[in-house]
Amino acid sequence: MEKTEKQMSIHSDPGQNYLNRRKFFKLLGGGLAVVFVSNDLLSLASNRTFIPIPENQIGAWVHVGEDGIITVFTGKTEVGQNIRTSLAQVVAEELQVSLDSVRLVMADTDLVPNDFGTVGSRSTPQMGAQLRKASAAARHELIRVAAAVWKTDPDTLVADGGFVSDPTNKNKMSYGQLSGGKRLLVPISDATKVIPIAERKISGTSVPKVNIKSFLTGKHKYVSDMKVTGMVYGKILRPPAYKSELIDADTSAAKAIPGVIIVQEGGFIGVTANDPWTAAKAIKVIHANWKTSPQKARSELFEHLKNTGDPGRSSGIQGDLSKGLREADHKHKASYQVDYIAHVPLEPRAAIAFWEQGKLTVYTGTQRPFGVRDTLAGLFNIPKEMVRVIVPDTGSAYGGKHSGEAAEEAAKLSKAVGKPVKLVWTREEEFTWAYFRPAGVIEINSGVRKDGTITAWDFHNYNSGPAAIATPYTVANQQNLFHPADTPLKQGSYRGLASTANVFARESHMGDLARMLEMDQLDFRLKNLKEPRFKAVLEAAAKSFGWGARKKSPGNGFGIATGFDKGGYVATCAEVSIINNRVKVIRITEAFECGAIVNPAHLHNQIMGSIVQGLGGALFEAVDFAGGKILNPSISSYRVPRFSDLPEIEIVMIDRKDLPSAGAGEAPIIGVAPAIRNAILDATGIGLTALPLIPDGKVADNVSG
Amino acid sequence: MVLTINGKSVTVNAGPDSDLLTVLREELDLTGTKYGCGEAACGACMVLIDGSATPSCVTRINSLEGKKIETIEGLEKNDKLHKVQEAFLKTDPFQCSYCASGMIIATVSLLSRNPKPTDAQIVDVMNRNICRCGTYANIIKAIKLAASS
Repeated sequence: MEKTEKQMSIHSDPGQNYLNRRKFFKLLGGGLAVVFVSNDLLSLASNRTFIPIPENQIGAWVHVGEDGIITVFTGKTEVGQNIRTSLAQVVAEELQVSLDSVRLVMADTDLVPNDFGTVGSRSTPQMGAQLRKASAAARHELIRVAAAVWKTDPDTLVADGGFVSDPTNKNKMSYGQLSGGKRLLVPISDATKVIPIAERKISGTSVPKVNIKSFLTGKHKYVSDMKVTGMVYGKILRPPAYKSELIDADTSAAKAIPGVIIVQEGGFIGVTANDPWTAAKAIKVIHANWKTSPQKARSELFEHLKNTGDPGRSSGIQGDLSKGLREADHKHKASYQVDYIAHVPLEPRAAIAFWEQGKLTVYTGTQRPFGVRDTLAGLFNIPKEMVRVIVPDTGSAYGGKHSGEAAEEAAKLSKAVGKPVKLVWTREEEFTWAYFRPAGVIEINSGVRKDGTITAWDFHNYNSGPAAIATPYTVANQQNLFHPADTPLKQGSYRGLASTANVFARESHMGDLARMLEMDQLDFRLKNLKEPRFKAVLEAAAKSFGWGARKKSPGNGFGIATGFDKGGYVATCAEVSIINNRVKVIRITEAFECGAIVNPAHLHNQIMGSIVQGLGGALFEAVDFAGGKILNPSISSYRVPRFSDLPEIEIVMIDRKDLPSAGAGEAPIIGVAPAIRNAILDATGIGLTALPLIPDGKVADNVSG
Repeated sequence: MVLTINGKSVTVNAGPDSDLLTVLREELDLTGTKYGCGEAACGACMVLIDGSATPSCVTRINSLEGKKIETIEGLEKNDKLHKVQEAFLKTDPFQCSYCASGMIIATVSLLSRNPKPTDAQIVDVMNRNICRCGTYANIIKAIKLAASS
């Protein structure tokens, strides 16, 4: 029901993080707002003078303005996954308007509902679904208002192109006219009816990236491109190694440079200057003494992870492992190692911070704007409402920008110098002071019968994580256990995170077992899988690749792998060519299914990007370190995939219109490494057990599987 | 120093051994040219110097007197996109797009020397540019479209 301003006035208590409706409409002007809250909360409204809507009940807002412009408020961030475009598609579809009448306000903690962050491939399945419902609710409300005006049955009216019309006569009103002059707040529920899949015309199509022209003309402002009035440039003094303690520092030479201000708080030393060259020069002339401590080197890594591994929390053993091993005709025990790798987002961490009347505002590129807001509030001991974090569309993240280090540093400097401070990390800082994808050791002990039945599967992952650890194959006797361990380097999220390690080990091991059985790699997998979605991707990839049908050239090998993560099923086939031990990946075929496809071209890009990024971790990327120092902190010493690494890539996208859409930024990466590894096995009989597989481009003669 | 940037003479205050990238971005507010690595290893900072794609991060401005510098901002003329930008617009190849300026500049330079490059020639020249989102195959499509238009 339509509610009046008096009935709906929302209790505003800054300490409680309630939606402040008055502020909301003040910001937007009148119009129709749709919030995703439970009906229970709004039903209280008719009896009370305020509705307390806790922030965590609100996923997103959709607002239809008096000018007909549709504005969406979401806490998700655009970091290259083109979510701004796919969310706009969903909203335009449900409101039956063109894409250019939809605006997305994203990731500004003062304007958008609280959001956990752009993590775990959740934006499409959760935010997409919420916005679809919110937009549908807005459409229903606009139709209801029109029906009330025309005193007719809402079911006979049509919403299209920003108008509601009555096909039986000439009645027609724009969304702006219908929502104008009112302050409507409409709840939605799970029962809100959305447009049936078969009738969708915008989502499911390849519309171009929103604002694409601004990116192609250099006009888009990433944080590192922004400037604010009165801004100075910051730079931080970095210790020579991790876990260093500052003994003393002589800053007199830096202080003597005109315009330089030194900020020192305990072990933290930074400078500000009027230009970036002066700031860099000032840092260089600070003479500091540090106390360093011995730390593990990469050469000791895997032993260290194994030795410090926690006994682990088992979800329980299924069946009886020793019985399973006794029943096996073939047994196989192997250990796999996965190095740390770096995200290398092309835009390094950057922030601009300023303080106004005790309130901190920070522009920064992070996947977790509210998380960074909370961290900053804690750091300065101020209420969360006194921190505003704004994330402009950012130069990529891949799970590597969950944190706000540059934001914290810029805010500290700004507070001390009383001016806005811009801080952009160098590539070396990004390599050294961010965090890495975890390294890991995985041990598998398995048994298999001659007919291909897997009788035992004992799987232990040390340090890399539990994602996708459970085997999708049918095994009567099994255990899948994650052992947290002491990590010498700072580690965190990454595209696919631990599922890459777990799927690499599992699918490598499956490759070995099939070979022991002299069974076809595809047949062995299909025999042991029950889930039809797995079978569908495997069969689709195999068919497109020509598995079993295509002849191998001498020296070439074929490999296959499959996996499931975060709602996406993937199967990857690889062909390698090996000449004089030099390995070249010449072909990758990948089938991917993540439910109903929202934007085919952008999904294709996500899969392609995952495959290409996956090549790096599979073949040559590894972080080298010793004594608390990163030894390859540059793009010239840490190799990432380039044009010349690009194999022929075939992508098969399976569109399951009957299933909800899942995210696609992560799962397509997981099959790449094991498919290549199994292709090398096929070509040479060598079963590699470590990622990266061929850091120097070659497979050695003396490695055995 | 006086530099010729996007067809205009521009006086800059930065010292003669300053890197062109920072001069463009911080002094002249031409921020379309990006920082990626600082060692001419990623291509994000490429500009055209006398028509040739050059990493601006390792280029000192004292080497540029009398040379023609063109940045991504200078490609669009009279509100009309350069044909390379037009081809990238039609192809929609990018994800985060941070590498876009460097890729487009490198393509303009490539096609000015070799209007109909083969795939192998494209890979050879473009190998200096990194797209960390991994959209290389799409970028090649865009380059071919630009070459054919």
